[in-house]
Amino acid sequence: MTATAFRADPGIPGPGTFGSEPDDHAGIYRYDDLDRRFVAERVEQFSKQVTRRLAGELTEDEFKPLRLMNGLYLQLHAYMLRIAVPYGVLTTTQFRKLSEIGRKYDKGYGHFTTRQNLQFNWIKLEDTPAILGELAEVDMHALQTSGNCVRNVTTDQFVGASADEIVDGRVYAEILRQWTIAHPEFTYLPRKFKIAIMGSDSDRAAIRTHDVGVIAKRNEAGETGFTFYVGGGLGRSPFVGKLVREWVPEQDFAAYLEAILRVYNQYGRRDNIYKARIKILVHQLGIDKFKAEVEEEFARLPRPKFTLAPEIVEGIRARFASPGLERLPAESAEFERSKAENVEFARWSTVNLAAHKAPGYAIVSVSLKPAGGIPGDITSEQMDTLADLADRYSFGEIRVTHAQNLVLAHVRKDDLFDLWRQLDAIGLATANIGLIGDIIACPGLDYCALANARSIPLAQAISARFADPARQQAIGELGIKISGCINACGHHHVGHIGILGVDKRGEERYQITIGGDATLTTAIGDIIGPAVTEEAAVDAIDTMVEIYLANRTEGERFLDTIRRIGHGPFKESIYAAD
Amino acid sequence: MPLIEDGRPAEDSWTSVPDGEPVPGDIPAIISFERWQAERDSFAGRNTKLGVRLKGGTLAPAIAEDLDRFALVAVEFPKFRDGRGFSTARELRERYGYEGEIRAVGHVLPDQYLFLKRTGFTSVEAPEGTNLESWVNALSEVSVVYQPGLGKDDPNPLINRWLKSEAVQG
Repeated sequence: MTATAFRADPGIPGPGTFGSEPDDHAGIYRYDDLDRRFVAERVEQFSKQVTRRLAGELTEDEFKPLRLMNGLYLQLHAYMLRIAVPYGVLTTTQFRKLSEIGRKYDKGYGHFTTRQNLQFNWIKLEDTPAILGELAEVDMHALQTSGNCVRNVTTDQFVGASADEIVDGRVYAEILRQWTIAHPEFTYLPRKFKIAIMGSDSDRAAIRTHDVGVIAKRNEAGETGFTFYVGGGLGRSPFVGKLVREWVPEQDFAAYLEAILRVYNQYGRRDNIYKARIKILVHQLGIDKFKAEVEEEFARLPRPKFTLAPEIVEGIRARFASPGLERLPAESAEFERSKAENVEFARWSTVNLAAHKAPGYAIVSVSLKPAGGIPGDITSEQMDTLADLADRYSFGEIRVTHAQNLVLAHVRKDDLFDLWRQLDAIGLATANIGLIGDIIACPGLDYCALANARSIPLAQAISARFADPARQQAIGELGIKISGCINACGHHHVGHIGILGVDKRGEERYQITIGGDATLTTAIGDIIGPAVTEEAAVDAIDTMVEIYLANRTEGERFLDTIRRIGHGPFKESIYAAD
Repeated sequence: MPLIEDGRPAEDSWTSVPDGEPVPGDIPAIISFERWQAERDSFAGRNTKLGVRLKGGTLAPAIAEDLDRFALVAVEFPKFRDGRGFSTARELRERYGYEGEIRAVGHVLPDQYLFLKRTGFTSVEAPEGTNLESWVNALSEVSVVYQPGLGKDDPNPLINRWLKSEAVQG
């Protein structure tokens, strides 16, 4: 660790810094006047599109994709507005605005999604222009959060802070954000297109479940390059992303993506919405043929038009300068003492903290999964307090994770106890990150018109059953993921335990899979038997946990025990009793 | 059907000839790609401009060898949601260096005009009954672009602003 890496540097504020922002902030990309003009023009364009729809100039069929590209869905009971949070990073100013919108236009809360975005589920159509206007005030929008375009790029929630980071993925996620905004060629793709990028060896972004998954790395010469996986995806036909190229040099980052998208745009299926994702094209062509097509396209893309000059990369990197981290001793006596004195704080510290690259700092995950709660929901009151805490303890920055939790990325170990007490006071100190209570769930039939079954009550029942934090910790790493229908928004295929809601003659039933894995060792879970009732599903999970605990070896995770002893014992015990 | 060129309604000097009907020898005519494939020899001595119309599923490589025979390529959008045509135009320009007119035909919306222009289209045959005013307004609605595009007046992509920003020196 060099001394210069963490200079007390306020960061480069950029031309468009908010007046009310704390001076000392983490590296957050700030809009400049051109970014602002773009968003303002798009808001205006959408309002004209609404007018043209009302005048009958646009048919409903023509208007729908335009509406979706502005993030506005029609759900079961109301409109839903999905707000873009580029690679999951928010300033506290933005966070407070989301809280305010939740209070003014929704029911006093918001819902974080598995794409690191935020959804408001109870929006009135007539309020949307005002909401978009308010979002624009804090450099936010809902563009490209839906529709058959390149969606919000996701990344590691610990980006720029993690001890194991090799490349800062924010820089490249931001380049992709810009590159894919209103892309003239790729806004009417066969289907939606999701990209995730990771800059360390641990996969915290589910790289191989994305249309394109990118791992940023360095070679021996210290140059940055990218490994590209293509054709991963969940939904009704789950596929694990396939390696398409091991090393794409930095300067060709955008060009390579351009080549992939062009092959997809030309050859992806458009005859059947369920076969239109790139995963089906890759599967039907075969990875070798697909790769050959991409390489051919890539080779002839005109340079330097598509070359990412080092100056451009550096210009964007400068916007993500390190926050003003102090030089601190690696250990904090205060932190150690508090852990020794308070068993709850000690547990939370073990479960919810991750290693920061700077000595004396920690990364704090804030669980939005209280026992019996709705995964990913947060009230406006909680948001306001959390924004204050982020200002005080973490450079005015809050991240959203793909597991529907939040992160304060740069907290001094000395401050952890104070922070924990204040989080606890607002119900945000649940110690269950990565544990059985940290359930990912889609909105399900409570909100969604596509769903076959509700996801939320089941998630609530499971987390209530396993409410005891000591028991959760004893069980260890175990990810449950719940989807209310085959579209798999809750990523059930890659849950260690996955649950899919199905409709059996008008009754809600739940099909259970085990052995799924969302990290680089990606695996699709196995169905263990016929679908069961909600109550039986909770019991089945309890049973599986008991079998795991009885069979595990020292330090063995649930997933590893399943891999070692096979699925048989789990299936038998659940269905034997019938 | 109304023709739009450079953001304005324009006179159409071309005639679209349905398959099976005689192709006039003295005025610019657009024939289908299928007809071209079947009757290409019959156009060998033609002195007047010829154009070809590609269906949505016919991609740029299919016509690449013959591009020097055509002063116009019409790219059909079977449905406005079917975006293959954007890639077809871009391939014609960037991969095959085609410099003739590329015309969007079929189901296209004014909301797509900027994208059409930026992928290399020079004209649009707007659908019948379209509101011309919406087409005229379409190019000026959004003035900021982030990535490189095609077209002689395509603005400098926004991503390049970093080359000039103070942040680079700092």
